Amino acid sequence: MEQHIQEVHSSLLEHSGGWSIMLLLLIPLLLYLAAAMKEHRRQQFWSRLRSLSFISGIVLIAVAVSPVVTSAAHHDPRAHMAQHLVLGMFAPPFLVLAAPITLLLRTLPLQAGRSLARVLRTRGVHLLSHPFTAFALNIGGMYVLYLTPLFRLSLSHPALHIVVGVHFLASGSLYAWAIAGPDPAPGRPGIRVRTAVLVAGIAAHAVLAKLMYAHLLPAGTPFSPEEVRDAAMLMYYGGDVAELLLAVALFASWYRRRRRSRARRRARPVLVVSSARP
Amino acid sequence: MLQATALIGIGLMAAVDEIVFHQLLAWHHFYDRSTSDIALLSDGLLHAAELVAVVAGFFMWADLRHRNIAAPRLAWGGFLVGAGSFQIFDGLVDHKVLRVHQVRYGVELLAYDLAWNAAGIVLLGLGLILIGQAPSGNLSRSSRDAAE
Repeated sequence: MEQHIQEVHSSLLEHSGGWSIMLLLLIPLLLYLAAAMKEHRRQQFWSRLRSLSFISGIVLIAVAVSPVVTSAAHHDPRAHMAQHLVLGMFAPPFLVLAAPITLLLRTLPLQAGRSLARVLRTRGVHLLSHPFTAFALNIGGMYVLYLTPLFRLSLSHPALHIVVGVHFLASGSLYAWAIAGPDPAPGRPGIRVRTAVLVAGIAAHAVLAKLMYAHLLPAGTPFSPEEVRDAAMLMYYGGDVAELLLAVALFASWYRRRRRSRARRRARPVLVVSSARP
Repeated sequence: MLQATALIGIGLMAAVDEIVFHQLLAWHHFYDRSTSDIALLSDGLLHAAELVAVVAGFFMWADLRHRNIAAPRLAWGGFLVGAGSFQIFDGLVDHKVLRVHQVRYGVELLAYDLAWNAAGIVLLGLGLILIGQAPSGNLSRSSRDAAE
């Protein structure tokens, strides 16, 4: 009886938690759209695609934390995996490609913008946003979750489940930013290092998924072997799709930069001629 | 140029392997019990490299097209060399040396292995012939391009 009450209580907590997180998501969304609108009013160009990307990212998070998915995730490891995939791998590229920090730097009042730029240039942010750090936090976090008792604990502790979700979203966004983010990242290594980290990330993710498939991990859960294998396969193929997105974002930015620098080189002689005239 | 399309070749061949043999025919297994952890690691790395190779290859090719220095014959040559090399690598190293998985299960393997690797050799050979036939100007231009 007491256990039953406790279960009802924790699911209630989770339900109200799900709805309030969904409401909380409205704050960044409205702030972003307001800033984009401000840019438009000032006749500054802000790509609608970037805004659309941010909306998509927020919608993905909202679906992943919705009470429907959260309660399904409670007794089905496939739903659980889908939730983690969306939070850690699908939503982050959309958020990062929306260039929220660029938008923030453009629309903040001068003084606040300067302080933000100063913070971005600090050594701590350099270290944190380095692809190696992002890799360790993101992929390392997955290994810790699925290979240690942490996963089992998160099933019975809603608060821990939320912390895990937040970690997935934060570290996934950090990783996407470090690999392919359009936002300014002073001191970020070049395309070779970032490609190498991306390859290592995809490999580490694929290996973990196959280990989970082979050894029925995470261990000690109440789920059936078929369900656990399905979840591992979902992780493998779902991860592929998300990482393909990230690879496209990385190389598309390389391609755009090259085109732009060629166009600039071609334009330079004309500029010289025109500036020579009085 | 060779680099760009060879990357596409490697990536697409790997995609064909994944989609046709793993998913549609279900000849290959996602994992089989004899797979060692080292094989799993090498499989993961190869898988990751293929995924990134095909994307990198397409953007490098788009870049060449944009600069009007793409030569079709050389490009196809690179593509076939990439595809053929991957097929042979998969057939020899993955299937035989590391034994990640086999071409097909429950059948006499020799004929399948021979056909698998022969297909790779044919692709590689065709690619090399195409590169050999390409006007020499293209080759020197692409090597100058690589040095740039």
